[in-house]
Amino acid sequence: MTEAIFTATALTKTYVSGEVQVHALNNVDLEISEKEVVVLLGPSGSGKTTLLNIMGGLDHPTSGKLFFKDLELTGRSDRELTDYRRRHVGFVFQFYNIVPSLTAYENVALVTEISERPMRPDEALALVGLEGRMHHFPAQLSGGEQQRVAIARAIAKRPAVLLCDEPTGALDSKTGIKVIEALLGVNRQLGTTTLIITHNASIQQVADRVLFFADGRISRIQRNETRREAAQLVW
Amino acid sequence: MSALDIKLFRDARRLWTQVLAIALVIGGGVATLILAVGSHRSLDESRLAYYERYAFADVFALAKRAPKALVDQIAQIPGVTAVDARIARLALVDVPGFSEPASAQFVSLPDVGEPVLNRLYLRAGRLPEPGRAEEVVVNESFALAHRFGLGAGFSAILNGRKRQLIIVGTALSPEFIYTVGPGDLMPDDRRYGIVWMSEKALASVYDLDGAFSSVSVKLQRGASESEVVARLDSLLDRYGGQAAHGRKDQTSHAWLDHELDMLNNMSRTLPPIFLLVSAFLVNLTLSRLVALEREQIGLLKALGYRDSSLVLHYLKFVALVVLIGIAIGSVVGTLLGLRITALFGDFFHFPFLLFARSPDLYAIAGALSAAAAGIGAIRALREVVNLPPAVAMQPPALPSFHRLVPTALSLDRIVSQPTLMMLRNISRHPVRAALTALGMALATAILVVSLFTRDTMEQLIEVTYFLADRQDATIGFVEKRAENVVTQVARLPGVLAAEPFREVPVRIRNGNVERRITISGRRPESHLRRIIDVDLQPVVLPATGLAISGMLGKILGVGVGDSVEVDVLEGARRTVSLPIVALVEDYFGIKGMMDMEVLTRLMREGPVVNSVNLSLDDNRRDQFYAAVKAMPTVSGMALQRTSLANFRKTVALLITTMASIYTGLAAVIAFGVVYNNARISLSERARELASLRVLGFTRGEVLRILLLELAILTLIAQPAGWVIGYGLAWIMKTNLAGELMRVRLVVEHSTYVTASAVVLLAAIASAFIVRERINQLDLVAVLKTRD
Repeated sequence: MTEAIFTATALTKTYVSGEVQVHALNNVDLEISEKEVVVLLGPSGSGKTTLLNIMGGLDHPTSGKLFFKDLELTGRSDRELTDYRRRHVGFVFQFYNIVPSLTAYENVALVTEISERPMRPDEALALVGLEGRMHHFPAQLSGGEQQRVAIARAIAKRPAVLLCDEPTGALDSKTGIKVIEALLGVNRQLGTTTLIITHNASIQQVADRVLFFADGRISRIQRNETRREAAQLVW
Repeated sequence: MSALDIKLFRDARRLWTQVLAIALVIGGGVATLILAVGSHRSLDESRLAYYERYAFADVFALAKRAPKALVDQIAQIPGVTAVDARIARLALVDVPGFSEPASAQFVSLPDVGEPVLNRLYLRAGRLPEPGRAEEVVVNESFALAHRFGLGAGFSAILNGRKRQLIIVGTALSPEFIYTVGPGDLMPDDRRYGIVWMSEKALASVYDLDGAFSSVSVKLQRGASESEVVARLDSLLDRYGGQAAHGRKDQTSHAWLDHELDMLNNMSRTLPPIFLLVSAFLVNLTLSRLVALEREQIGLLKALGYRDSSLVLHYLKFVALVVLIGIAIGSVVGTLLGLRITALFGDFFHFPFLLFARSPDLYAIAGALSAAAAGIGAIRALREVVNLPPAVAMQPPALPSFHRLVPTALSLDRIVSQPTLMMLRNISRHPVRAALTALGMALATAILVVSLFTRDTMEQLIEVTYFLADRQDATIGFVEKRAENVVTQVARLPGVLAAEPFREVPVRIRNGNVERRITISGRRPESHLRRIIDVDLQPVVLPATGLAISGMLGKILGVGVGDSVEVDVLEGARRTVSLPIVALVEDYFGIKGMMDMEVLTRLMREGPVVNSVNLSLDDNRRDQFYAAVKAMPTVSGMALQRTSLANFRKTVALLITTMASIYTGLAAVIAFGVVYNNARISLSERARELASLRVLGFTRGEVLRILLLELAILTLIAQPAGWVIGYGLAWIMKTNLAGELMRVRLVVEHSTYVTASAVVLLAAIASAFIVRERINQLDLVAVLKTRD
């Protein structure tokens, strides 16, 4: 087994809203290995996104510990977390969040300009199959293409992890599959550890492991002996 | 309260900083209008009431010695309702402990009752008793300048004899609101005063029993001033009368008019700028609000709300902003207006101030602001109406951008992606970018306008005091003197050089435009007082012809080479035609100059002078002053250095007051524009900026991306602001140019730099406020929502 990239112990996130305490994340222990593809499943409010945000350095846990390799992420300052995101993490969101005033190529360059040893923007775009659409503006791209630009942008800096929050949520099945294909391709070629939150149960077939969430806890872990290819998915 | 109205107040509370920023700009416009027009009205009304209550005359004339019997004839001139005849003489005054010789206008007071016209407002003490030659009333400013109390004394040389005088009262007069001594450019209360004496006493001093030397006339409403002036001239002609004139040529009135004009001018230049900027800001903010609320608008429409109710809803929002602006502007404008009125009232020594209550002014200011905001709102409201509900509830299509240059040129290699984002944003909203830059440019322009007066005044000082009138002192004589008086004066202690000149009152005419001026005759070798032409070069007068003020040339419509008709109003009283040989660069009054010998020939008289310009030895000034005080023939002395110091003091007061008000206003505009723009970019691009933060951009980097555009626009705006500022300064200069005073427009580089520096500082300050917002950006929340 490869080395652990994330190690979480008793990770807890509590939101206080009025007099009600909401345990978004409740004592989660978890290890994610390098190069693993992990799918997070569960109903809304079960804690998937909270976990992903904490792992991505966007949020602080209320208690517990989280390590990225040897780097402890808990108790870090905003500046340190920014630095962590800049070096190690790629994000993909449901709404693509790409800059409309920049072309696909330039959107990727936005990240490569501030990274230490990035790939070239055109390489990143080729990885997601957009080599032919590099100089188009977001408004000229379909939803699936925009999401693939977001993926290219996320991976161009060669991050150690790729965190995807409902990457296919806004897409139809055909384009959704293309997006999953792009994610798996990146994982295969670069060995990027990939975490995917989804509501779409069929996507679990492409994962090494599937984490089922309920009430802020991981209720069940399922290991897939064989990973399916994206092309084999149907939904 | 309806649900929509509740939404309105919540929106306003949520957007309170932006609402305030716009309201401040609207307030700036309202405040300037109320301040300028309000204080002008107050001062104007105070002056009117002062004139009315103290019977300020309409027409004035001087004579050498006219019999009192003439008063009845004057009263019979059609249109004349009242006549006041009196004795008025200029005399040298010696104040104990004050080395410089001062001069005073001595005016007689009737021994029974009050003067018919130009009545006194007694500030302290009493009037002189009839026949008591030593008792006098002096104007309050003269008393204050010398700290004279009642019972204090000074001496004067009256008709060649030194007399001791005792102050029994201090007074103000509508005739002497603005007191400028002979040969001076600015009031100097220490060196020039008004002294009222019993008529009996003054008549016996000047041997004028049963006669008068000054007459004032009150006209019927609608009477023709020029006809009365002509009739008065012909009546007084025999008695050594000098041209009668209306209020326009009365020194005090003319200066007061000039100052009030300056105030009025401000009300025409500034408020339009504020109204323009507030229209733009309302446009910007409301458009953005509508864009952000398109889903809600769609929903409300789907629920069955009519377009009109939605338009009304947003109009109420605009109305709220305007009302806050009007409230702020009214309070600030009223307070500043009261302050300015008091400041000027004090400066002019008005006996009382009427603060004009002008409800119409507030109504006009409010209506104009509302109109400007309404115009600004039109575009956004049209969007509300045109938005189909089904489309509104969909997310808006991604804005489309285009390349600035062809791909092959690949701009991206040269500039960074954030810079590219900025450039494309500007090119996508060119109108907004242009208006933003215009707003900033106007802020700079306002500052240029407020600061240029300083440069212009320095230029005026340079030309007047250092190029043209370089004498240290000018001595005026009671009567014209034979030319050899120069030799006598040159022998006084401390005199290094003496140059005589002769002044003759004339009427100058071209076609039917005529003016009353004095022509001064100078020796061609005059070195102290020089004639500087409009190219700022010294001119030597040719043996024939007349040099006139450039302004007079404009008024008469004549240039070098043209001829004018001149009526000499003294001595031979001839009418001659003279060629114009030079146009003179001068800034105070309008006048003519010619060679002294030519003037003498014109007057058909021997060589006589009425004044001498002097250059003095600084170490022997006191001895010189003492010698002048003992000269019975001298009526007054002007001192250039004192005059310059007074000029600077007066101008400085005006400039600092105005400049501080203007600077505040410009800062408000700069802040309003920058802050609103930054906030709107922030709300429009929150998702984009949050994405960048997620991608690992630091707060500083994100702030830089957000503000880069504004910084560039602010910088681009500066040269435009300089140009607009220069234009506005030109308009102000042109509006203010008059026969009394004018300036040549000069704007130094330092003025542009200062103006831009203030605007940039205001921009940076608003950037700091926006920075707080960036720090509060909730990354996760922004990214989880649909655009």
